[in-house]
This record gives sequence, structure tokens and C-alpha cells, in this order.
Amino acid sequence: MVQLALPKNSRIRTGKTWPKPDGATNVRKFQIYRWNPDDGQNPRVDTYFVDMDRCGPMILDALIKIKNEIDPTLTFRRSCREGICGSCAMNIDGINTLACIYGMDEIKGDVKIYPLPHMPVVKDLIPDLTHFYAQHASIMPWLETKSNTPAKEWQQSIEDREKLDGLYECVMCACCSTSCPSYWWNGDKYLGPAALLHAYRWLIDSRDEATGERLDDLEDPFKLYRCHTIMNCTKTCPKGLNPAKAIAEIKKMMLDRTV
Amino acid sequence: MADVNRGDRPLSPHLSIYRPQMTSISSILTRITGNALIVAVVLIVWWLLAASVGPEYFATADAVLTSWFGDLVLTMSLWAIWYHYLAGLRHLYFDAGKGLELPTAERLGWVCVIGSVVLTVITIAIV
Repeated sequence: MVQLALPKNSRIRTGKTWPKPDGATNVRKFQIYRWNPDDGQNPRVDTYFVDMDRCGPMILDALIKIKNEIDPTLTFRRSCREGICGSCAMNIDGINTLACIYGMDEIKGDVKIYPLPHMPVVKDLIPDLTHFYAQHASIMPWLETKSNTPAKEWQQSIEDREKLDGLYECVMCACCSTSCPSYWWNGDKYLGPAALLHAYRWLIDSRDEATGERLDDLEDPFKLYRCHTIMNCTKTCPKGLNPAKAIAEIKKMMLDRTV
Repeated sequence: MADVNRGDRPLSPHLSIYRPQMTSISSILTRITGNALIVAVVLIVWWLLAASVGPEYFATADAVLTSWFGDLVLTMSLWAIWYHYLAGLRHLYFDAGKGLELPTAERLGWVCVIGSVVLTVITIAIV
């Protein structure tokens, strides 16, 4: 359901302004969303100042520097620091992206960082992705077959394998789904761009033998058809994939089998 | 998402912090123009009804429709019709699985915005 305003417990207060680093000449201002589950207070936005002459080029470098040198309580997920694990997905400068591969030089002015939009917050920049993962599991993200298992492996032509390009690269960071207004308002029932991109990845896999069942499952007013081609998903994908196109292809498959 | 929001977890901000995108604005404008057209429909139906009631009542309704307020509503509605029409065509094209590459989709958005203004000006010039 469309609910434009944040619930009472989610409204953001002005937070603490942390001291500037001593002797730094090239300082950048960071405004970061904070929420502590243990103090019973509303979320706030804290202000930090980072010495850019002693900091790596990526947003994640600045976050780690803040955690190491200014405020050890700042909490965020990170792992690979090269855009392949999808852990450090967050809202940076108004769009969703991975902190590790988003350069500070891509932002003008102060850097504003929030958790992925319209998600329950576990702490600071960490959203609860339980529901998002459950939706991914619901599309059966594995090869479904009915034929006898071949002696060696399920084979595929080079052309059929190429159909999976632009789909298999998804790292499940949730940037796309949490950028989608349809997912904000109907995320409980609408599967969202990430799960649907994965659904399409299995639908067009030449080796998969459950295409009919997969389409049956998506034939629903909400699961698939809440996509209104807003395209925030494609615009924000840090891996340059196109979930909007994948969803359009599923809709075409639905049409093809009824007419 | 009641089963996910364990305890009193806040909802992260969304609309207030997400930067408007060419594609998202041109999408929501389709709905806004479509819904806003109801104002023009009500005005025009009232104008026609007034004509069937009698000359004095029609004079009142006609005065409202040709006033600066009526001009404003009808001009904006003219633009809204053109925008809604072009955006609808864009949606048909999208539904055929075409034009979904980002640069094309954004260009099509600008076509709707600029095209609707140009068509409105042309319509006013002709009529």
C-alpha cells in the first residue's frame, strides 16, 4: 500500500556532529543514517568529517576510516570490496549502489548515506533482507528437470548459454528491488526486480524443464504485474544489468503462451 | 512484512531520500496527468449540461470556462492529454520488450516531455 510518510518510530532526528580531524586541510562532510536497536530512540543522521588526503577513493574506504578512527559504533556490512559479494549495498547520494565500487569523485558536495530504502533496519546501514531472500527462494533458483539425469552433465549450446549473459552476473545486493517504488508500496506481494530477473534467468535456460510451472507461479496480479516499467532498477544496478528488460521478457512469455 | 519486522525496527527512508530519475518522473507523470484530466472532464460536462438547461445558466458556465481560470485548466489539460497519449505509446513500446535499454528509455522520456509541450503549442496555434 502506498504510504508516503515514514511510520512514527522511523522519523529521522538530527544527530550528533563529530569533531573534525586535527590538522586536515582537505575535509569532506559525510551525513550518515544511524539507528541503534538498544537505546529505544528514533533514527538520526550523524555528521562526520573525513580527511580526504588520508583516505582511499571509494565510499567504503571513507566508511571504514570513520569506523576505525572516529566512531567504532558505526555499523555496516562489507566483505569483498570489489563489487562481487553485494554486501555493502546502500543508498549513497540518492541512489542505491555498492559502497566499494562507488567513487567519491562521482558525488558533488556532501556525501549522504542511508540504508537501502523502505526496508526494516537492523542497525545503522544494515537492512533486514530476510523477506528479499525468501522471495528469491520462491522462484526456485535452480535447474528443474524431468528427464533422466545425463551421465556427465546437462549440456547447452553456446548460443543458449549466451542467453544467460546479463542475468547470471547478479550478485543479489538488493539495490534494484529497494529502488523500485512498486516494491516499496507492494513489496509484501510483488517479487521485485531482483527475484524476477532470477526468475527469467531460469525461464530462458535451455536446460530447464519447468518453464510452464514457473510461469504458472508468476501468473498473479502482484508477483509479476506490479512492475510498471519505472526503471529505477536498471538505472541503479551497480552491475549494469537490466531487470526491467528481463521483466518485460517474462510478460511477453506470458502473452505468448495464451495467444 | 509483519513477519520480517522483528521488534520495533524502523523503516528506512525511501521517497524523501531517493533522487528523482528521468524514467521515474516520466512514469509517475503518466498517472498524474491521467488522473488530473478528470477536472477538465467535469468542467466540460458541466458546460454541456448548462447548455441544455438554458441560456442564462450557459452564460454562467461559459464565463467560468473562458475566464483565466478556465483557460489555465483547459490549457494544462491539453498538455496532460498529449503527455498521457505519448507516454501511453511509450508504454506500448516497452510492453513489446523494446526501448528498454537505459539511454533509449531516457530519450523516450524526454520525447514525451518535450513532444507534449510542442504538440500543445501547435494545437493552441491551430485551434
